[in-house]
Amino acid sequence: MAKKEDKIINELKDKEYEFGFVSDIDTEIIPKGLNEDVIRLISKKKEEPEFMLEYRLKAFRHWQKMEEPDWAHLNYKKPEFQEISYYAAPKQKPKLNNLDEVDPELLKTFDKLGIPLEEQKILSGVAVDAVIDSVSVHTSFKETLNERGIIFSSFSEAVKNHPELIKKYLSSVVPYNDNYYAALNSAVFSDGSFVYIPKGVKCPVELSTYFRINAANTGQFERTLIIADEGSYVSYLEGCTAPQRDENQLHAAVVEIITHENAEVKYSTVQNWYPGDAEGKGGIYNFVTKRGICKGNNSKISWTQVETGSAVTWKYPSTILKGDNSIAEFYSVAVTNNHQQADTGTKMIHLGKNTKSTIISKGISIGQSQNSYRGLVRVSKNAVNSRNFSQCDSLLIGDKCGAHTFPYIDVNNTSSIVEHEATTSKIAEDQIFYCNQRGLSTEDSVSLIVNGFAKEVLNKLPMEFAVEAQKLLAITLEGSVG
Amino acid sequence: MLKIKNLKANIEGKEILRGINLEIKPGEVHAIMGPNGSGKSTLASVLAGRDIFEVTEGTVEFNGKNILDMSPEDRSCEGIFLAFQYPVEIPGVSITNFIKAAVNSHRKYRGLDPMPPAEFLKLMKEKKALVEIESKLTNRSVNTGFSGGEKKKNEIFQMAMLEPKLAILDETDSGLDIDALRIVANGVNALKTKDNASLVITHYQRLLDYIVPDFVHVLYNGRIVRSGGKGLALELEEKGYDWIKE
Repeated sequence: MAKKEDKIINELKDKEYEFGFVSDIDTEIIPKGLNEDVIRLISKKKEEPEFMLEYRLKAFRHWQKMEEPDWAHLNYKKPEFQEISYYAAPKQKPKLNNLDEVDPELLKTFDKLGIPLEEQKILSGVAVDAVIDSVSVHTSFKETLNERGIIFSSFSEAVKNHPELIKKYLSSVVPYNDNYYAALNSAVFSDGSFVYIPKGVKCPVELSTYFRINAANTGQFERTLIIADEGSYVSYLEGCTAPQRDENQLHAAVVEIITHENAEVKYSTVQNWYPGDAEGKGGIYNFVTKRGICKGNNSKISWTQVETGSAVTWKYPSTILKGDNSIAEFYSVAVTNNHQQADTGTKMIHLGKNTKSTIISKGISIGQSQNSYRGLVRVSKNAVNSRNFSQCDSLLIGDKCGAHTFPYIDVNNTSSIVEHEATTSKIAEDQIFYCNQRGLSTEDSVSLIVNGFAKEVLNKLPMEFAVEAQKLLAITLEGSVG
Repeated sequence: MLKIKNLKANIEGKEILRGINLEIKPGEVHAIMGPNGSGKSTLASVLAGRDIFEVTEGTVEFNGKNILDMSPEDRSCEGIFLAFQYPVEIPGVSITNFIKAAVNSHRKYRGLDPMPPAEFLKLMKEKKALVEIESKLTNRSVNTGFSGGEKKKNEIFQMAMLEPKLAILDETDSGLDIDALRIVANGVNALKTKDNASLVITHYQRLLDYIVPDFVHVLYNGRIVRSGGKGLALELEEKGYDWIKE
């Protein structure tokens, strides 16, 4: 029995990172290091208005006084912040009218990832705003969206074209001094995505952004801001892959979501950043702050994430349920392999009356990885008749990995109900034998069982993303292809 | 089709099979009976390739190939099917998806492309009717929360889908009421052709009223101690196992 499990584990561990290639795009990088001059330079290069520079400097000055947190169940070498270059933009013509004008190397990169933009535009009806490194290079479907008054652009463009919205909403959910990495992001963020859905508008397409980290030693600091005005709806997808390299790369993004009365935002992520090699060398540090606020009554925010990548993940997409009757959901699948470490979960802060939150977390640990769920459910005194249901399931493959659950529950009234369920299981040898006996290889069996384990969450993903996520799970789990 | 010669196997150093000899030809139905702990289920597991058992001696040839060196999945694709005594649950994986993966894995082994979805659905419908299982059942997760009867019907349904050359039924009658037993037996009989064979493992003569064997073997203490026709099963029913132990 032990022999068989070892074999399975070895097969799984040997799976190389499929998207590990470096594309040779001419990149403009500013020198390494971080100080006020660098921040002024970033702001200047992006031709930002004065209020943005002030915001960045305020965040930077605060960040300098902060300590890097170490409460997470993670063990890693702290990044050398002066060894990072804080800005990299692909050298491009300033404006692109169609795909022919895009750097052919860049298009090749997208091809390798299997995300041909043109095909996506036509076939799937997904508007793609592709972000390579830090600057948006391609935006599609703009006209369709424009007709409905929907704004979907790079963050920099939004700063130029809609400064009043940026001023009003930037940092309204994640303050510049919220935490160490959010402060750093606020100081140096290079670009990201901006979405505004006007009153009563249901966005007819799923908005999608592909992020990639490309230049060596370039920390990527993305900023995303999504605003759903009264009675509006949008489904936003974010997916990422990154090329393979030796030095650790830092990624510290901030995502903010605001839903007004009767509005709904569905936010889905598939994250597949380079996790490091089998010995735990290299890999992305992913320290992300994602938070939404159900600001208006009857509003809803739904987070769905599939996390398979990164060497170290520190991520808690959270929701503040401020409006009465507001609803928040968190669906997560996190897979860790080899020496990967993930400390991920959510926070549900119930402030409004009759608010409802659901947490479904599925952790899968393989090899020597550590996978932690950390979640907070807080129900304030005024959030009467509120409900939370949490379910945290862990699946272990092999006996060298770990799964941990840290639920924090804080209820301050007597009319609310909070439920927490947790299970830990292993893939059993008899399950694999059963599949083998039906003609399935051990790899296929494990993939099938894991997909089944994660189904509740995968079902929450938009169709085309669900297919991609299943592929990604299979890739992460399989021994070798062919 | 199947030639077992002097097969010996143990688990954790304990010898369970102590020299089995058995030959099964196409079109035949063989029944293996015997008291608890005689090695019946072990024989089924060893033939299917479960690696918790160690084969120490003997050979097993299946259609001229030595299967003892084959992986369980290759044995399956060669045409050996085991209907489990205790089918395991696979939460979240629907029977439809499970059997689709299995069918396509078999096709791949034979160098064929995956079955087109329309053809697959048609095949499913046909086979579901054959084993009289409810349409809804195949949308449920494999064996998860199934009754004993549903689990066994699911096994026969999978067997119908994979069309094995040799079906090994490991105490398929255990935990079945008389109606379920009839349905399962009818399914097995309907799948019988002159080219395939069955090895039916059971405690009780009851199942053999429905699946009529050509040969009955009595397994005791890791060896086949007696072989005969259908009459042997009736004799066992009447006398119990004690007389063969002498």
